[in-house]
Amino acid sequence: MKLTWRRLPLKLIAWVIYALLAAGIVYGIIGLVRLNGSVFFIQAILDGLKLGFVYALIALGYTMVYGIVRLINFAHCDVFMVGAFASYYAITRFGWGFVPAILLAMVVCILLNITIERVAYKPLRNAPRITALITAIGVSFFLEYFTALKFAFGADYITYKRPFEVVVWDIGGVLISNITVIIVAVTILLLLLLLYVINKTKIGKAMRATSLDKTAARLMGINIDGIITLTFAIGAALAGAGGVLYAIAFPQIWTFMGIMPGMKAFVAAVLGGIGNIGGAVIGSLLMGEIEVLTVSFVPFGSRLRDLFAFLVLIIVFIVKPTGILGEPQVEKV
Amino acid sequence: MAILEITDLHVSYGAIRALQGISFNIEQGEIVTLIGANGAGKSTTLRTISGLLRPIHGDIRYQGNSITRVPAEKIVKLGISQVPEGRQIFSKLTVRENLEMGAFTRKDKQEIEESMERVFTSFPRLKERLKQLGGTLSGGEQQMLAMGRGLMSRPSLLLLDEPSMGLAPILVEEIFSIISRINADGVSILLVEQNAAMALSIANRGYVLETGKIALAGTAAELLSNPLVQTAYLGES
Ligand SMILES: Nc1ncnc2c1ncn2[C@@H]1O[C@H](COP(=O)(O)OP(=O)(O)OP(=O)(O)O)[C@@H](O)[C@H]1O
Ligand SMILES: [Mg+2]
Repeated sequence: MKLTWRRLPLKLIAWVIYALLAAGIVYGIIGLVRLNGSVFFIQAILDGLKLGFVYALIALGYTMVYGIVRLINFAHCDVFMVGAFASYYAITRFGWGFVPAILLAMVVCILLNITIERVAYKPLRNAPRITALITAIGVSFFLEYFTALKFAFGADYITYKRPFEVVVWDIGGVLISNITVIIVAVTILLLLLLLYVINKTKIGKAMRATSLDKTAARLMGINIDGIITLTFAIGAALAGAGGVLYAIAFPQIWTFMGIMPGMKAFVAAVLGGIGNIGGAVIGSLLMGEIEVLTVSFVPFGSRLRDLFAFLVLIIVFIVKPTGILGEPQVEKV
Repeated sequence: MAILEITDLHVSYGAIRALQGISFNIEQGEIVTLIGANGAGKSTTLRTISGLLRPIHGDIRYQGNSITRVPAEKIVKLGISQVPEGRQIFSKLTVRENLEMGAFTRKDKQEIEESMERVFTSFPRLKERLKQLGGTLSGGEQQMLAMGRGLMSRPSLLLLDEPSMGLAPILVEEIFSIISRINADGVSILLVEQNAAMALSIANRGYVLETGKIALAGTAAELLSNPLVQTAYLGES
């Protein structure tokens, strides 16, 4: 859009509003720090980071699958839940440690997600998009209620047994637990691995090529079905790891535990720009911070946290539907 | 021996019958051109050969074997490569990555690098832009990249869909001389073109496609001197 003289006042007003908003946020933060002390504030930021990293592990699966098949895999949050349960059984029944438990969770989730794709989504590859979307919701319900049956995971809340003792360090009043350290370390490790695969390996480049232009990708000799399977597998592995980390951080699991973090990770993916990997990470970290800062500083924050999180979705849809890093979608035939 | 033999090919998009029984062949080492107006079915023909579309009837034989039911990704491996209409460059991949995708079916890294060097001798401009994103290239450069990418699989048969589309006359000349050179290196070529004069100037033989049927066939010289071709496709009166 060209800047014309008539539009200039409008632009100025918009900028003034942005400036006021920014000033308000800065003023608010300074006030909060004054009132509660910087230690409290840093603590909240750290906790938000912990949550945000877990969201990132879930959001990546939403965004990658969307990038390849243009489908919101609503069952993704239930794959996350299954990851938490798989590790729970590994830890309590077999006495496994953290590393084997998280690896098992990832493998179980990969198998589950690949099966979901084969059985539920693949037959609908050429159907209208809404059909696949409704199917995804159906798969999600199925997983939640089926696993809640007695012979499966059961319908009760279960206390998750952490595979290690919690250690808390006091650094100048800010409390850091080994849980935070492990969450951040595992997530960054997986992220680096993902970035390496996507950007440096032949199969990763083929994934990006496929998300850009499926027909051209086929003309290169790329097997689209294989790429789709791989995408569901990678998304599931990350979600599985996320499920374990989430259960370690908030040690209570049940078969509906995936819904809230799943929704928030989905909002994070949209906030960052759906289909965009960097966007999913940025969006997730923002969502984690928004949530924890709300709980810490807003009156009745613990009740408003979910409201604020979903308010973000509405604001994104109004202000920039394509998200922070997303670009305008050109619908292709 | 014919490298490609098409017999009575019928292809539909739902109710739209895009190809209604076309037959033609390409001999080893030939340039064959397929000319015709918009919507005649030229791209449909190429898409069907590449395995992107399934014919409802008819047979496609490549080097003597039927490939009618072979999936697209295997057809590339067999040695048929397509440079599609509108280039279809991977816009967010670099020029180098685009070329690497062209070699997706190949394993040997050393040989792939050699092929890339060969592409650069035909299209030196690509070498200067290796790190640039495909989508930021000019139209002409994108055509060069699309052709380079198509050559990276080391095809025996190259399908070109309107390589001159939207290019300046000088560039069209350059592209066509490169097509001749690729052919001289032993690659058989099926060339779809709107620019019939240009296409016939480098082709051995040609076919004229009209609404899903072959209306005329002949050597390039025969078609160039055919009055029907002259009025309808060469813009002479
Ligand atoms: N995806 C599609 N769905 C439905 N009809 C199609 C589709 N693609 C092509 N057609 C129809 O099939 C016929 C042949 O199309 P095709 O693209 O093969 O023509 P073409 O000879 O390549 O034309 P152009 O010179 O414009 O590229 C046309 O009538 C077109 O409308
Ligand atoms: Mg065409």
